[in-house]
Amino acid sequence: MAEGIKDKVAIIGMGCTKFGERFDASPQDLMVEAFVECLQDSGLEKKDLGAAWWGVHMPDISVGRGATTLGVALKLPFIPITRVENFCATGSEALRGAVYGVASGAYDICLALGMEKLKDTGYGGLPLGGGLGYKAPLHMFNLTAPGGFAMMATKYFSKYNLNPQDGKMMLAKVSAKSHKNGALNPKAHLRKEVTVEQVMNAPVIAWPLGLFDCCGVSDGAAAAIVCRADMAKKFRPDPVFVKSIQISVSSGEEMLYTKWDGAHVEPGYRAGVMAYKEAGIKNPREEVSMAEVHDCFSITEAVTMEDLQFSARGKVKEDIDAGRFNSDGAQPIQIDGGLKCFGHPIGASGLRMMYEMYKQLQGKADKRQLKDPKVGLTHNMGGFPSMCVVSVCIVGK
Amino acid sequence: MAGIKSYGAHIPRFRLDRNIMQMALLFLGFAPIRGEKAVANWDEDSITMAAAAAKDCLIGEDAGKVDGLYFATTSPTYSLRQNAGIIAAALDLQTASRTADFTDSTKSGSAALLAAADAISAGSLNSCLVCAADCRVSKIASNGDYTYGDGGAAFLLGKDDVIANIEGSFSTTHDFVDRRRLAGERLEHMWEERFIRDAGYMKFIPEAVLGLVKKYNLNIKDFSRVIYSCAFTGAHAALGKTLGLTPEQVQEPLLTTVGDTGVAQPLMMLVAALEDAKPGDKIMLVSFGQGCDALYLTVTENIKKIKNKKAVKRNLANKVQLGSYEKYLAFRKLMPVEIGIRGEETMFTSFSIVSRESRELYGMVGSKCQKCGTPSWPVQRICPNPDCGAVDQMEPYRFAEKLGNIFTYTSDFLAPCIDPPGSYGFVDFAGGGRAGLDFTDCDANALSVGMPVELSFRIKFADEKRAAVNYGWKAMPIVA
Repeated sequence: MAEGIKDKVAIIGMGCTKFGERFDASPQDLMVEAFVECLQDSGLEKKDLGAAWWGVHMPDISVGRGATTLGVALKLPFIPITRVENFCATGSEALRGAVYGVASGAYDICLALGMEKLKDTGYGGLPLGGGLGYKAPLHMFNLTAPGGFAMMATKYFSKYNLNPQDGKMMLAKVSAKSHKNGALNPKAHLRKEVTVEQVMNAPVIAWPLGLFDCCGVSDGAAAAIVCRADMAKKFRPDPVFVKSIQISVSSGEEMLYTKWDGAHVEPGYRAGVMAYKEAGIKNPREEVSMAEVHDCFSITEAVTMEDLQFSARGKVKEDIDAGRFNSDGAQPIQIDGGLKCFGHPIGASGLRMMYEMYKQLQGKADKRQLKDPKVGLTHNMGGFPSMCVVSVCIVGK
Repeated sequence: MAGIKSYGAHIPRFRLDRNIMQMALLFLGFAPIRGEKAVANWDEDSITMAAAAAKDCLIGEDAGKVDGLYFATTSPTYSLRQNAGIIAAALDLQTASRTADFTDSTKSGSAALLAAADAISAGSLNSCLVCAADCRVSKIASNGDYTYGDGGAAFLLGKDDVIANIEGSFSTTHDFVDRRRLAGERLEHMWEERFIRDAGYMKFIPEAVLGLVKKYNLNIKDFSRVIYSCAFTGAHAALGKTLGLTPEQVQEPLLTTVGDTGVAQPLMMLVAALEDAKPGDKIMLVSFGQGCDALYLTVTENIKKIKNKKAVKRNLANKVQLGSYEKYLAFRKLMPVEIGIRGEETMFTSFSIVSRESRELYGMVGSKCQKCGTPSWPVQRICPNPDCGAVDQMEPYRFAEKLGNIFTYTSDFLAPCIDPPGSYGFVDFAGGGRAGLDFTDCDANALSVGMPVELSFRIKFADEKRAAVNYGWKAMPIVA
């Protein structure tokens, strides 16, 4: 029986750039910006780093491939670097590599850095499916990210008998909540509150999802330095300890077999179950103080509340209506604005989520600071509901 | 003796009212051409329309026995790479098949029909599909622009159980220049309409009709229906009088409902004639191109067995107004359209993949687990049923004729599409299996979870840099 990584690794430094349409910044600018903050926050020097894990999802439109892109940008002193990619969960994958590097005993201190530069393409939304291989355009449908998730909204509405108006209203509340949170965050991409009516009346992007159901497409980078838990307090008084880090990947069953209901994300549920087990959490709804989940689209956040067992199946609407996930609710979600408003530079997002959990646990979240959170969770999803990877990481004091 | 065993047709769902064309083109002059024309959807071409007609034709027939496919068109998508081969792949015909393209003249459809009949009579083929389709484009406001319509027809020819015997034929050849297009040109040129009418149709059609009647010692009054090609409504009516036909004998030429479908016109008219035919009826078909082919058919008792075809009648009834001439120009790429910088990203076509995986991509052939019966598309080597997981126990399983229901869907304005939103979703098939597919010929606002769908062979995307038009199967709502 594997013993897991609970309390073996601590986060002792983090950095995160301002996210947004960073037409001012090159990919390397963003990487350096996040790294400098992270290193300063940890109080360490480059020579202290044993190894690095580096995440970028679409290097072909920014820095190019390979691990050299990080080593050269940061002038790291010939240390081992591994470049990782796992769709939109790339940032969490970089963190997982660094955490496992320390937990394995191979290194004392590791760096994880994720970056994405999406706004050099000349258009909104993510680039087309070139990254899915040569065969994809020949056999796949004309899929975009909003469309892929819109299909889950269609199915959720159908399964739980929500008429489009009520369904869209439920989702609008999810987005309005995140806009309210994001407005308080100086590093967020979108910093404007919106009303539920504005969300409802926005142009349709992929039915039933409208403009405000979609997250920002942003440039940005985020980084973490992790070390052996037993040495963490040497570096700072308030390290954050990793309780679990898990990932679940689709088996193809959802897409090809007719059992999946289309109204939940199976790897999301499974990654949660594995992470709770590793962290020793019995009742996620009560024990998880706050979470940053992968709200690439409003429907993803709603369904994720059920996948992570914060809400019962089919009942998230009741919790949304009751304000459970608002900043003043029982279980605040997306307190930093989420992907929705903080933005979504793919390779950075998992680490950006952790940045907020880290700051909240340290009591350094400024106007967004929650009252004494104990356990934070990040949920980072890549791919589409029908075929995806989901990473869940739980941290605490 | 060879005959027709089955028939099918395809008429695109969109119709363009010629009054709407006139409104847009009035500055160029008035064109007194009435009615509407059928317009291929943006994802249709001569290949897909022929495939649709062939699919209709093969309903109730054994496609596994087909050993030949002849395709006639004057608007081929490829001029190097056999178009008939693509249709054969879409129909998943056996590899031991003879295929050929018949092209360059609007009488190529009848030429293909005769070639197939001869091959069957000679015993070199047993079961041959003949399909014809045209999707022609002409200069804006030209006669062709107004008169041309898009459509296709298909016939299955064989020796036994025929619904109509092909009794004989009479052909003429004249290097008559009505319309022309040099190799490499896209738009046609047409000579004077009065010349084409008087020196062409009015001369060659009677010549062919009389030649056939004389050759077989028949009387024109013996025929219950006479089908003759003609691009012009007035000339078509005048020919009926010249030939001494009663109005009941004249097969309606579809010019005001579908338009002049070129190669497909006489064959679509034959489908329409067979839809109304009774055992014992004699039918004459006369095509027109550089000369004519005249065919003489007799309908058998088996005509009563034909059922469930879309043919011409159901296709005519299934229509949606395009409503805009500009949309027609965009569909046919006669006008550059901004589809966003996103849409400018060209997708790479690997012909290694297209060739290797043709059965899956074009034939819509997936796999079926022999252990638990789970069908899958695309092909899987390991069964996706989590309770099975059998390895390499698959048999080929074709989805193209299967019906399904929409599992979920979206209509996406971000997806690059010439006719946004792009609709797509997952379909659960009767008999098992789930596949993600583009939708076509649908109204985005009318889609719903559970809606019944059938599959249609369509263009997926054009990759002009690599001289590629890529095809695949899409889901479309079933129209009663």
